[in-house]
Amino acid sequence: MEKASPSHFLWSRRHFLGRAGGATLALASTPAWADVMTRLPLPGGPDERPMTTAFPQKGALILQRTRPPLLETPFEVFDQSVFTPNDRFFVRWHWALIPTEVNIDAFRLAVRGHVNRNLSLSLNDILALPQMELAAVNQCSGNSRGYFQPRVPGGQWSNGSMGNARWTGVRLNDVLERAGVKAGAVQVRFNGMDEATVPDAPDFMKSLAIDHARDGEVMLAYAMNGEQLPLLNGFPLRLIVPGWYSTYWVKMLNDIEVLDQPDTNFWTKTAYTIPDTPNASIKPGEIGVRMVPINRMVPRSFITNIKAGDTLRASAPTLARGIAFGGDSGVSRVDFSKDGGKNWQQAKLGKDEGKYSFRQWQIHFNPADKGDHVLMVRCTSTTGEMQSDTPNWNPSGFMRSVIEQTAVVVA
Amino acid sequence: MFRTLLPIALIAGAAFVSPCAQAQDKQAKEKLLLKSVSVDLPNGDRMFPSKLGSDAVNNNCLACHSAGMVLNQPVLSRSQWKDEVNKMRTAYKAPVDAGDVDAIVDYLVSIRSAN
Repeated sequence: MEKASPSHFLWSRRHFLGRAGGATLALASTPAWADVMTRLPLPGGPDERPMTTAFPQKGALILQRTRPPLLETPFEVFDQSVFTPNDRFFVRWHWALIPTEVNIDAFRLAVRGHVNRNLSLSLNDILALPQMELAAVNQCSGNSRGYFQPRVPGGQWSNGSMGNARWTGVRLNDVLERAGVKAGAVQVRFNGMDEATVPDAPDFMKSLAIDHARDGEVMLAYAMNGEQLPLLNGFPLRLIVPGWYSTYWVKMLNDIEVLDQPDTNFWTKTAYTIPDTPNASIKPGEIGVRMVPINRMVPRSFITNIKAGDTLRASAPTLARGIAFGGDSGVSRVDFSKDGGKNWQQAKLGKDEGKYSFRQWQIHFNPADKGDHVLMVRCTSTTGEMQSDTPNWNPSGFMRSVIEQTAVVVA
Repeated sequence: MFRTLLPIALIAGAAFVSPCAQAQDKQAKEKLLLKSVSVDLPNGDRMFPSKLGSDAVNNNCLACHSAGMVLNQPVLSRSQWKDEVNKMRTAYKAPVDAGDVDAIVDYLVSIRSAN
Protein backbone atom coordinates (compact mmCIF):
# COMPACT_ATOMS: atom_id res chain seq x y z
CA MET A 1 0.00 0.00 0.00
CA GLU A 2 1.41 3.32 -1.04
CA LYS A 3 1.25 6.05 1.53
CA ALA A 4 2.20 9.62 0.93
CA SER A 5 4.52 11.59 3.14
CA PRO A 6 2.93 12.02 6.56
CA SER A 7 3.92 15.62 6.87
CA HIS A 8 1.51 18.22 5.59
CA PHE A 9 3.92 21.04 5.87
CA LEU A 10 7.15 22.07 4.31
CA TRP A 11 9.68 22.54 7.02
CA SER A 12 12.71 24.69 6.72
CA ARG A 13 15.19 26.55 8.83
CA ARG A 14 15.22 30.25 9.36
CA HIS A 15 17.59 30.81 6.46
CA PHE A 16 14.77 29.71 4.20
CA LEU A 17 13.55 33.27 4.53
CA GLY A 18 16.95 34.81 4.01
CA ARG A 19 15.95 36.32 0.72
CA ALA A 20 12.60 37.62 1.84
CA GLY A 21 13.75 41.21 2.27
CA GLY A 22 11.79 43.00 4.96
CA ALA A 23 10.78 39.78 6.63
CA THR A 24 14.39 39.06 7.53
CA LEU A 25 14.55 42.16 9.69
CA ALA A 26 11.51 41.04 11.61
CA LEU A 27 12.81 37.53 12.10
CA ALA A 28 16.17 38.72 13.30
CA SER A 29 14.58 39.79 16.57
CA THR A 30 12.36 36.73 17.08
CA PRO A 31 13.21 34.45 20.01
CA ALA A 32 15.15 31.23 19.56
CA TRP A 33 12.08 28.98 19.71
CA ALA A 34 10.90 30.53 16.48
CA ASP A 35 13.83 28.94 14.70
CA VAL A 36 11.78 26.39 12.77
CA MET A 37 9.49 27.67 10.06
CA THR A 38 6.52 26.05 8.39
CA ARG A 39 4.75 26.97 5.16
CA LEU A 40 0.97 26.83 5.15
CA PRO A 41 0.77 27.56 2.04
CA LEU A 42 -1.60 30.47 1.39
CA PRO A 43 -2.25 31.92 -2.07
CA GLY A 44 -0.16 35.03 -2.65
CA GLY A 45 1.57 34.76 0.75
CA PRO A 46 3.00 35.58 3.11
CA ASP A 47 2.66 31.96 4.15
CA GLU A 48 5.70 31.19 6.28
CA ARG A 49 5.07 30.95 10.01
CA PRO A 50 7.29 30.08 12.94
CA MET A 51 6.59 26.89 14.86
CA THR A 52 6.41 27.48 18.59
CA THR A 53 6.72 25.44 21.76
CA ALA A 54 6.78 28.51 24.00
CA PHE A 55 3.22 28.33 25.28
CA PRO A 56 2.32 26.65 28.58
CA GLN A 57 0.69 23.18 28.45
CA LYS A 58 1.19 23.22 24.68
CA GLY A 59 3.35 21.27 22.27
CA ALA A 60 4.48 22.38 18.81
CA LEU A 61 1.96 24.73 17.21
CA ILE A 62 2.00 27.22 14.36
CA LEU A 63 2.51 30.75 15.66
CA GLN A 64 0.02 33.13 14.08
CA ARG A 65 0.27 35.75 16.84
CA THR A 66 1.99 35.76 20.22
CA ARG A 67 -0.18 38.26 22.12
CA PRO A 68 -3.07 37.70 22.43
CA PRO A 69 -2.24 34.15 21.35
CA LEU A 70 -3.35 32.74 18.02
CA LEU A 71 -1.89 29.24 17.70
CA GLU A 72 -2.76 26.85 14.89
CA THR A 73 -2.76 23.05 14.93
CA PRO A 74 -0.30 21.63 12.35
CA PHE A 75 -2.43 19.69 9.90
CA GLU A 76 -0.58 16.39 10.27
CA VAL A 77 -2.04 16.16 13.80
CA PHE A 78 -5.45 15.47 12.24
CA ASP A 79 -4.04 12.35 10.59
CA GLN A 80 -2.99 10.88 13.92
CA SER A 81 -6.30 10.45 15.75
CA VAL A 82 -9.95 11.39 15.60
CA PHE A 83 -9.54 13.45 18.78
CA THR A 84 -7.12 16.35 18.80
CA PRO A 85 -4.67 16.14 21.71
CA ASN A 86 -5.03 18.95 24.23
CA ASP A 87 -1.45 20.06 23.80
CA ARG A 88 -1.91 20.44 20.04
CA PHE A 89 -5.38 22.03 20.17
CA PHE A 90 -5.59 25.44 18.51
CA VAL A 91 -5.76 28.62 20.59
CA ARG A 92 -7.49 31.91 19.89
CA TRP A 93 -7.93 34.89 22.24
CA HIS A 94 -9.33 38.34 21.52
CA TRP A 95 -7.81 40.36 24.37
CA ALA A 96 -4.33 40.13 25.87
CA LEU A 97 -5.28 40.34 29.56
CA ILE A 98 -5.62 36.62 30.22
CA PRO A 99 -5.30 35.50 33.85
CA THR A 100 -2.16 33.41 34.18
CA GLU A 101 -3.13 32.00 37.57
CA VAL A 102 -6.35 30.20 38.35
CA ASN A 103 -6.95 28.93 41.87
CA ILE A 104 -9.57 26.19 41.78
CA ASP A 105 -10.68 26.83 45.37
CA ALA A 106 -11.20 30.53 44.80
CA PHE A 107 -12.87 30.26 41.41
CA ARG A 108 -16.58 31.15 41.29
CA LEU A 109 -19.11 31.08 38.50
CA ALA A 110 -21.77 33.77 38.82
CA VAL A 111 -25.28 33.11 37.51
CA ARG A 112 -27.39 36.24 37.61
CA GLY A 113 -29.75 38.53 35.75
CA HIS A 114 -33.31 37.55 34.98
CA VAL A 115 -33.34 34.68 37.47
CA ASN A 116 -35.06 33.89 40.75
CA ARG A 117 -31.81 33.37 42.67
CA ASN A 118 -28.35 34.71 41.93
CA LEU A 119 -25.77 31.94 42.24
CA SER A 120 -22.08 31.91 43.02
CA LEU A 121 -20.92 28.38 42.26
CA SER A 122 -17.60 26.85 43.24
CA LEU A 123 -16.04 24.18 41.07
CA ASN A 124 -17.12 21.60 43.63
CA ASP A 125 -20.70 22.85 43.32
CA ILE A 126 -20.45 22.36 39.57
CA LEU A 127 -18.82 18.94 39.86
CA ALA A 128 -21.71 17.83 42.07
CA LEU A 129 -24.19 18.34 39.24
CA PRO A 130 -25.00 15.42 36.90
CA GLN A 131 -22.09 14.82 34.56
CA MET A 132 -22.40 14.77 30.79
CA GLU A 133 -19.92 13.97 28.06
CA LEU A 134 -20.00 14.82 24.41
CA ALA A 135 -17.57 14.73 21.48
CA ALA A 136 -17.64 17.93 19.47
CA VAL A 137 -15.67 19.86 16.91
CA ASN A 138 -14.52 23.29 17.98
CA GLN A 139 -13.86 25.37 14.86
CA CYS A 140 -12.95 29.03 14.56
CA SER A 141 -15.36 31.07 12.42
CA GLY A 142 -12.34 32.13 10.38
CA ASN A 143 -10.77 28.70 9.97
CA SER A 144 -9.11 28.59 6.51
CA ARG A 145 -9.48 32.37 6.06
CA GLY A 146 -6.09 32.44 4.35
CA TYR A 147 -7.61 30.59 1.37
CA PHE A 148 -10.25 33.22 0.63
CA GLN A 149 -9.73 34.84 -2.77
CA PRO A 150 -9.71 37.76 -3.00
CA ARG A 151 -7.83 37.64 0.31
CA VAL A 152 -9.39 39.33 3.33
CA PRO A 153 -7.85 40.86 6.47
CA GLY A 154 -7.90 38.94 9.76
CA GLY A 155 -6.09 35.98 11.28
CA GLN A 156 -4.51 34.26 8.29
CA TRP A 157 -5.30 30.70 9.29
CA SER A 158 -4.74 27.62 7.23
CA ASN A 159 -7.12 24.72 8.02
CA GLY A 160 -5.89 24.13 11.57
CA SER A 161 -7.99 26.49 13.69
CA MET A 162 -10.23 23.56 14.53
CA GLY A 163 -10.06 20.52 16.77
CA ASN A 164 -12.17 17.70 18.06
CA ALA A 165 -12.39 16.72 21.72
CA ARG A 166 -14.45 14.73 24.15
CA TRP A 167 -15.83 17.34 26.54
CA THR A 168 -16.92 16.47 30.07
CA GLY A 169 -18.96 18.76 32.26
CA VAL A 170 -22.49 19.70 33.13
CA ARG A 171 -25.55 20.82 31.25
CA LEU A 172 -25.93 24.57 31.12
CA ASN A 173 -29.63 23.98 31.65
CA ASP A 174 -28.98 22.26 34.99
CA VAL A 175 -27.13 25.36 36.16
CA LEU A 176 -29.87 27.67 34.87
CA GLU A 177 -32.51 25.59 36.61
CA ARG A 178 -30.74 26.00 39.93
CA ALA A 179 -30.97 29.75 39.46
CA GLY A 180 -34.53 29.58 38.16
CA VAL A 181 -35.01 31.40 34.86
CA LYS A 182 -37.80 33.96 35.09
CA ALA A 183 -40.53 34.22 32.49
CA GLY A 184 -39.59 36.66 29.74
CA ALA A 185 -35.93 35.65 29.47
CA VAL A 186 -34.75 35.99 25.86
CA GLN A 187 -31.01 35.35 25.85
CA VAL A 188 -28.19 34.15 28.04
CA ARG A 189 -24.89 36.04 27.95
CA PHE A 190 -21.54 34.47 28.74
CA ASN A 191 -18.42 36.25 29.93
CA GLY A 192 -14.96 34.92 30.74
CA MET A 193 -12.11 36.06 32.94
CA ASP A 194 -10.13 37.68 30.13
CA GLU A 195 -10.21 41.47 29.97
CA ALA A 196 -9.76 44.11 27.34
CA THR A 197 -6.42 45.89 27.27
CA VAL A 198 -8.12 49.28 27.03
CA PRO A 199 -10.57 50.15 29.83
CA ASP A 200 -13.51 51.26 27.68
CA ALA A 201 -13.04 48.60 25.00
CA PRO A 202 -15.78 45.97 24.65
CA ASP A 203 -15.31 43.04 27.01
CA PHE A 204 -15.51 39.74 25.10
CA MET A 205 -18.98 38.27 25.69
CA LYS A 206 -21.32 36.12 23.62
CA SER A 207 -25.01 35.36 23.92
CA LEU A 208 -27.28 32.49 22.95
CA ALA A 209 -31.06 32.47 22.62
CA ILE A 210 -32.70 31.19 25.79
CA ASP A 211 -34.11 28.06 24.12
CA HIS A 212 -30.71 27.20 22.67
CA ALA A 213 -29.06 27.69 26.05
CA ARG A 214 -31.59 25.33 27.61
CA ASP A 215 -31.48 22.59 24.97
CA GLY A 216 -29.61 20.14 27.22
CA GLU A 217 -26.62 19.94 24.85
CA VAL A 218 -24.98 23.29 25.52
CA MET A 219 -22.66 22.52 28.40
CA LEU A 220 -20.04 23.85 30.77
CA ALA A 221 -16.93 21.69 30.32
CA TYR A 222 -14.35 21.15 33.06
CA ALA A 223 -12.51 18.40 31.18
CA MET A 224 -11.31 17.91 27.64
CA ASN A 225 -10.19 14.49 26.44
CA GLY A 226 -10.31 13.28 30.04
CA GLU A 227 -8.11 15.97 31.54
CA GLN A 228 -8.57 19.48 32.80
CA LEU A 229 -8.51 22.07 30.05
CA PRO A 230 -5.22 23.74 29.20
CA LEU A 231 -5.39 27.32 30.48
CA LEU A 232 -5.25 28.62 26.93
CA ASN A 233 -8.27 26.50 25.98
CA GLY A 234 -10.33 27.99 28.81
CA PHE A 235 -9.42 26.44 32.16
CA PRO A 236 -11.20 25.89 34.44
CA LEU A 237 -14.57 26.10 32.68
CA ARG A 238 -15.55 26.54 29.06
CA LEU A 239 -18.89 26.88 27.35
CA ILE A 240 -19.46 24.13 24.76
CA VAL A 241 -21.95 24.93 22.02
CA PRO A 242 -22.07 21.74 19.92
CA GLY A 243 -22.37 22.34 16.20
CA TRP A 244 -21.77 26.09 16.47
CA TYR A 245 -18.62 28.04 15.72
CA SER A 246 -15.99 28.47 18.37
CA THR A 247 -16.69 32.15 18.95
CA TYR A 248 -19.59 31.07 21.18
CA TRP A 249 -17.47 28.66 23.22
CA VAL A 250 -16.53 31.25 25.87
CA LYS A 251 -13.30 30.36 27.66
CA MET A 252 -12.53 30.81 31.38
CA LEU A 253 -16.27 31.23 31.79
CA ASN A 254 -17.09 32.87 35.13
CA ASP A 255 -20.23 34.88 34.48
CA ILE A 256 -23.63 33.84 33.10
CA GLU A 257 -26.26 36.52 32.80
CA VAL A 258 -29.85 35.78 31.81
CA LEU A 259 -31.19 38.69 29.76
CA ASP A 260 -34.76 39.91 29.30
CA GLN A 261 -33.70 42.06 26.35
CA PRO A 262 -31.67 41.11 23.26
CA ASP A 263 -27.93 41.51 23.83
CA THR A 264 -26.54 44.63 22.19
CA ASN A 265 -22.89 44.11 23.12
CA PHE A 266 -20.37 44.51 20.31
CA TRP A 267 -19.21 40.89 20.15
CA THR A 268 -22.71 39.48 19.82
CA LYS A 269 -24.44 42.14 17.73
CA THR A 270 -21.73 43.68 15.56
CA ALA A 271 -18.70 41.41 15.37
CA TYR A 272 -18.88 37.89 13.98
CA THR A 273 -21.71 38.59 11.58
CA ILE A 274 -22.19 36.91 8.21
CA PRO A 275 -24.25 37.71 5.13
CA ASP A 276 -27.71 36.19 5.46
CA THR A 277 -27.23 34.34 2.15
CA PRO A 278 -26.65 30.69 1.20
CA ASN A 279 -23.24 29.63 2.52
CA ALA A 280 -22.78 33.18 3.86
CA SER A 281 -21.51 34.03 0.41
CA ILE A 282 -21.59 37.32 -1.48
CA LYS A 283 -19.69 38.80 -4.39
CA PRO A 284 -16.59 40.81 -3.45
CA GLY A 285 -17.65 44.43 -3.18
CA GLU A 286 -21.34 43.62 -2.85
CA ILE A 287 -23.01 45.94 -0.32
CA GLY A 288 -26.37 46.37 1.35
CA VAL A 289 -26.57 42.72 2.37
CA ARG A 290 -28.44 41.82 5.55
CA MET A 291 -25.96 40.58 8.16
CA VAL A 292 -26.74 38.09 10.96
CA PRO A 293 -24.65 36.66 13.80
CA ILE A 294 -22.65 33.63 12.68
CA ASN A 295 -24.21 30.48 14.05
CA ARG A 296 -24.19 26.79 13.15
CA MET A 297 -21.34 25.06 11.33
CA VAL A 298 -21.63 23.40 7.93
CA PRO A 299 -20.10 20.17 6.56
CA ARG A 300 -16.38 19.94 5.81
CA SER A 301 -13.94 17.17 4.99
CA PHE A 302 -10.22 16.83 4.50
CA ILE A 303 -7.65 14.36 3.25
CA THR A 304 -5.08 14.06 6.03
CA ASN A 305 -2.49 11.59 4.68
CA ILE A 306 -1.80 13.05 1.24
CA LYS A 307 -0.73 16.64 0.80
CA ALA A 308 -0.61 18.94 -2.19
CA GLY A 309 2.41 18.23 -4.36
CA ASP A 310 2.81 14.59 -3.30
CA THR A 311 3.76 12.02 -5.90
CA LEU A 312 1.63 8.85 -6.15
CA ARG A 313 2.52 5.74 -8.14
CA ALA A 314 0.38 5.02 -11.17
CA SER A 315 -1.92 2.03 -10.71
CA ALA A 316 -0.48 1.24 -7.27
CA PRO A 317 -3.12 0.57 -4.62
CA THR A 318 -3.19 3.74 -2.55
CA LEU A 319 -4.88 4.65 0.70
CA ALA A 320 -6.52 8.01 1.15
CA ARG A 321 -7.89 8.84 4.56
CA GLY A 322 -9.00 11.81 6.55
CA ILE A 323 -11.65 13.45 8.64
CA ALA A 324 -15.10 14.86 8.02
CA PHE A 325 -17.76 16.55 10.08
CA GLY A 326 -21.35 17.43 9.36
CA GLY A 327 -21.43 20.85 11.04
CA ASP A 328 -24.42 20.73 13.38
CA SER A 329 -25.40 17.21 12.35
CA GLY A 330 -23.67 13.90 11.76
CA VAL A 331 -21.77 12.62 8.74
CA SER A 332 -23.99 10.64 6.41
CA ARG A 333 -21.40 9.88 3.74
CA VAL A 334 -18.00 10.91 2.47
CA ASP A 335 -17.18 10.67 -1.23
CA PHE A 336 -13.76 10.76 -2.80
CA SER A 337 -12.68 11.68 -6.30
CA LYS A 338 -9.30 10.90 -7.82
CA ASP A 339 -10.07 12.80 -11.03
CA GLY A 340 -10.95 16.33 -9.97
CA GLY A 341 -14.62 15.64 -9.31
CA LYS A 342 -15.62 13.81 -12.51
CA ASN A 343 -16.23 10.54 -10.70
CA TRP A 344 -16.92 9.94 -7.03
CA GLN A 345 -16.50 6.83 -4.90
CA GLN A 346 -18.04 6.41 -1.47
CA ALA A 347 -15.46 6.17 1.31
CA LYS A 348 -15.69 3.87 4.31
CA LEU A 349 -16.53 5.69 7.53
CA GLY A 350 -14.77 5.11 10.83
CA LYS A 351 -16.34 4.80 14.26
CA ASP A 352 -19.20 7.16 15.00
CA GLU A 353 -18.15 9.19 18.04
CA GLY A 354 -21.33 11.26 17.98
CA LYS A 355 -22.98 13.66 15.58
CA TYR A 356 -20.84 16.66 16.55
CA SER A 357 -17.49 14.82 16.30
CA PHE A 358 -14.96 14.42 13.54
CA ARG A 359 -15.61 11.18 11.67
CA GLN A 360 -12.65 9.38 10.15
CA TRP A 361 -12.97 8.02 6.62
CA GLN A 362 -10.75 6.04 4.28
CA ILE A 363 -10.70 4.61 0.81
CA HIS A 364 -8.37 2.53 -1.36
CA PHE A 365 -7.90 3.70 -4.92
CA ASN A 366 -5.60 3.26 -7.86
CA PRO A 367 -4.16 6.51 -9.19
CA ALA A 368 -4.91 6.49 -12.90
CA ASP A 369 -2.86 7.89 -15.76
CA LYS A 370 0.48 9.50 -15.18
CA GLY A 371 0.35 13.25 -14.90
CA ASP A 372 -1.23 15.93 -12.75
CA HIS A 373 -4.41 15.02 -10.90
CA VAL A 374 -6.63 16.61 -8.30
CA LEU A 375 -7.95 14.57 -5.38
CA MET A 376 -11.18 15.78 -3.81
CA VAL A 377 -13.24 14.79 -0.80
CA ARG A 378 -16.85 15.71 -0.12
CA CYS A 379 -18.97 15.35 3.01
CA THR A 380 -22.74 14.98 3.11
CA SER A 381 -24.37 15.49 6.50
CA THR A 382 -27.17 13.43 7.99
CA THR A 383 -29.54 16.28 7.13
CA GLY A 384 -28.55 15.95 3.47
CA GLU A 385 -26.38 19.06 3.34
CA MET A 386 -23.46 18.55 0.93
CA GLN A 387 -20.28 20.56 0.54
CA SER A 388 -20.26 22.85 -2.49
CA ASP A 389 -17.64 22.91 -5.24
CA THR A 390 -17.88 26.71 -5.36
CA PRO A 391 -15.88 28.58 -2.71
CA ASN A 392 -17.94 30.95 -0.60
CA TRP A 393 -16.72 34.50 -0.04
CA ASN A 394 -17.48 37.20 2.52
CA PRO A 395 -15.39 40.13 3.75
CA SER A 396 -14.68 38.57 7.16
CA GLY A 397 -13.41 35.28 5.78
CA PHE A 398 -15.93 33.22 7.75
CA MET A 399 -17.37 29.75 7.18
CA ARG A 400 -15.13 28.40 4.44
CA SER A 401 -16.63 25.06 3.51
CA VAL A 402 -15.83 24.38 -0.16
CA ILE A 403 -14.85 20.87 -1.32
CA GLU A 404 -11.10 20.75 -0.74
CA GLN A 405 -8.75 19.98 -3.62
CA THR A 406 -5.38 18.26 -3.31
CA ALA A 407 -3.20 18.49 -6.42
CA VAL A 408 -0.90 15.48 -6.79
CA VAL A 409 1.44 14.08 -9.41
CA VAL A 410 0.96 10.50 -10.56
CA ALA A 411 4.25 9.05 -11.81
CA MET B 1 -5.72 7.71 24.56
CA PHE B 2 -8.07 8.90 27.29
CA ARG B 3 -7.63 8.62 30.97
CA THR B 4 -10.73 7.30 32.56
CA LEU B 5 -13.33 9.83 33.46
CA LEU B 6 -14.57 7.71 36.30
CA PRO B 7 -12.83 9.67 39.06
CA ILE B 8 -14.74 12.76 38.08
CA ALA B 9 -17.98 10.85 38.41
CA LEU B 10 -16.94 9.55 41.81
CA ILE B 11 -16.19 12.95 43.18
CA ALA B 12 -19.31 14.42 41.68
CA GLY B 13 -21.31 11.79 43.50
CA ALA B 14 -19.30 11.94 46.71
CA ALA B 15 -21.91 13.81 48.67
CA PHE B 16 -24.44 11.05 48.07
CA VAL B 17 -22.43 7.87 48.70
CA SER B 18 -21.96 5.88 51.88
CA PRO B 19 -18.91 6.46 54.14
CA CYS B 20 -17.28 3.16 53.15
CA ALA B 21 -17.11 4.30 49.55
CA GLN B 22 -15.47 7.55 50.51
CA ALA B 23 -12.01 6.06 51.11
CA GLN B 24 -12.05 4.87 47.54
CA ASP B 25 -13.16 8.29 46.44
CA LYS B 26 -10.33 9.94 48.27
CA GLN B 27 -7.87 7.79 46.39
CA ALA B 28 -9.56 8.64 43.14
CA LYS B 29 -9.48 12.30 44.01
CA GLU B 30 -5.70 12.33 44.10
CA LYS B 31 -5.22 11.39 40.49
CA LEU B 32 -8.21 13.48 39.62
CA LEU B 33 -9.02 16.37 38.21
CA LEU B 34 -8.79 19.99 38.66
CA LYS B 35 -5.55 21.45 39.86
CA SER B 36 -4.80 25.13 40.20
CA VAL B 37 -2.70 26.48 37.37
CA SER B 38 -0.04 29.13 37.22
CA VAL B 39 1.68 29.79 33.92
CA ASP B 40 3.68 32.39 32.05
CA LEU B 41 2.64 33.59 28.64
CA PRO B 42 5.20 34.86 26.15
CA ASN B 43 4.89 38.54 25.45
CA GLY B 44 5.96 38.71 21.82
CA ASP B 45 8.45 41.53 21.99
CA ARG B 46 9.44 41.82 18.36
CA MET B 47 9.09 45.29 16.91
CA PHE B 48 7.78 46.25 13.51
CA PRO B 49 10.56 46.35 10.90
CA SER B 50 12.30 49.67 11.14
CA LYS B 51 11.47 52.07 8.34
CA LEU B 52 9.57 55.30 7.82
CA GLY B 53 6.54 55.24 10.10
CA SER B 54 7.60 52.31 12.27
CA ASP B 55 7.72 54.51 15.37
CA ALA B 56 4.05 55.39 14.95
CA VAL B 57 3.14 51.71 14.55
CA ASN B 58 5.29 50.50 17.44
CA ASN B 59 4.00 53.23 19.75
CA ASN B 60 0.31 52.86 18.90
CA CYS B 61 -0.22 49.18 18.19
CA LEU B 62 1.99 47.01 20.40
CA ALA B 63 0.23 47.80 23.66
CA CYS B 64 -2.72 45.60 22.67
CA HIS B 65 -1.15 43.03 20.34
CA SER B 66 2.18 41.74 19.14
CA ALA B 67 3.36 42.39 15.61
CA GLY B 68 3.10 38.93 14.07
CA MET B 69 -0.46 38.87 12.80
CA VAL B 70 -0.09 42.29 11.17
CA LEU B 71 3.02 41.12 9.32
CA ASN B 72 1.17 37.99 8.18
CA GLN B 73 -1.56 39.91 6.36
CA PRO B 74 -1.87 39.52 2.61
CA VAL B 75 -1.50 42.47 0.28
CA LEU B 76 -4.33 44.81 1.24
CA SER B 77 -5.38 48.06 -0.37
CA ARG B 78 -4.84 51.40 1.33
CA SER B 79 -8.57 51.64 2.06
CA GLN B 80 -8.56 48.15 3.62
CA TRP B 81 -5.64 49.10 5.85
CA LYS B 82 -7.36 52.35 6.77
CA ASP B 83 -10.50 50.40 7.69
CA GLU B 84 -8.41 48.14 9.92
CA VAL B 85 -6.79 51.07 11.71
CA ASN B 86 -10.14 52.77 12.14
CA LYS B 87 -11.67 49.55 13.46
CA MET B 88 -8.93 49.45 16.11
CA ARG B 89 -9.77 53.04 17.08
CA THR B 90 -13.56 52.95 17.03
CA ALA B 91 -14.60 49.36 17.78
CA TYR B 92 -11.69 48.35 20.00
CA LYS B 93 -11.06 51.82 21.48
CA ALA B 94 -7.33 51.77 20.77
CA PRO B 95 -5.93 55.11 21.97
CA VAL B 96 -4.37 55.91 18.61
CA ASP B 97 -3.66 59.59 18.09
CA ALA B 98 -5.69 60.88 15.14
CA GLY B 99 -2.56 62.57 13.86
CA ASP B 100 -0.76 59.21 13.64
CA VAL B 101 -3.37 57.43 11.52
CA ASP B 102 -1.96 58.44 8.15
CA ALA B 103 1.58 57.49 9.18
CA ILE B 104 0.36 54.07 10.39
CA VAL B 105 -1.61 53.43 7.21
CA ASP B 106 1.36 54.51 5.04
CA TYR B 107 3.61 52.15 6.95
CA LEU B 108 1.23 49.19 6.63
CA VAL B 109 0.81 49.78 2.91
CA SER B 110 4.58 49.97 2.51
CA ILE B 111 5.41 46.72 4.34
CA ARG B 112 2.89 44.69 2.38
CA SER B 113 3.81 46.05 -1.01
CA ALA B 114 7.43 45.16 -0.16
CA ASN B 115 6.55 41.48 0.08
